[in-house]
Amino acid sequence: MGLQEPESKDGRRAESLTMLGISSIPILKLRDFLIVSIQIDLHDRMAEQLQQDILEQISQTQAKGVLIDISALEMVDSFIGRTLADTARMASTLDAEIVIVGMQPAVAITLVELGLSLGGVKTALNLDEGYELLQQTLEEKASEGQTSEEALAEEADDGGSD
Amino acid sequence: MTVVQIREEQDIVRARTTAKEAARELGFGLVDQTRISTAVSELARNIFLYAGEGEVHIEELNNHHGIRVSFIDHGPGIEDVDLAMKDGWSSVRAMGKGLPGAKRLSDRMEIHTETGEGTTVTIEKWLSPSSKLRIAPSPKPRGGPSLT
Repeated sequence: MGLQEPESKDGRRAESLTMLGISSIPILKLRDFLIVSIQIDLHDRMAEQLQQDILEQISQTQAKGVLIDISALEMVDSFIGRTLADTARMASTLDAEIVIVGMQPAVAITLVELGLSLGGVKTALNLDEGYELLQQTLEEKASEGQTSEEALAEEADDGGSD
Repeated sequence: MTVVQIREEQDIVRARTTAKEAARELGFGLVDQTRISTAVSELARNIFLYAGEGEVHIEELNNHHGIRVSFIDHGPGIEDVDLAMKDGWSSVRAMGKGLPGAKRLSDRMEIHTETGEGTTVTIEKWLSPSSKLRIAPSPKPRGGPSLT
């Protein structure tokens, strides 16, 4: 059987775009959210570039949440997995929540066998559920924020009466 | 046998895409195709990170038995293989999932290494009898059942 090397059109296209210094993965803004859909096979530098682009967009648009759709990703190895997990942690320091949606079952199986846990990263089955999760998380955050503000105010009151 | 040269980062993508395609042609299902391409990605990245350059050889095992992928470099070699096989251990920016992760995703892994000479890592993934039966009647091009 002849094992022919497939033409990686996407890889080549992405390569030329990277050389031009253009991020090849669009980041769309929808109200308070950013939506990113990864449709090409990511090589390492593209993954790093995407991380940087997402964080810049969060800071520029003051987005509160980011949905990253990976349903077209046929493989997530340790590098891509770590980059996604790091991006989520970095985003939370910018006060934005990231939800990763659409992971293929085969990818989920492989990630666990590889020994990679996307610890702390929020995931959802699809864009709809990811959106719901994001809304819910932000509402919880908002009410927590209020509670802690109230607690602070109470503390301040206590401090004043001493 | 297909050979993919590893010289730059994009070659890691070429290696895993080529291996996945080969696995699909051999009749592996989608989960196994994903296991193979992920293991190849980890080990091809090891070549790029540790040796700078090398080769990935992708070949069919005898009698449609499975697939064998070899990762050959003439880099510094692995000083302590036992340590390198430990989860979480890494000497460069990798996560330390490369070798142990690839082993878990494969049915067999072998490492030949000599300090200063280079390293050859070989992995094999075998077609299970059920998947052989599945492809036996009609060697369909789309591989195993889709999970999506």
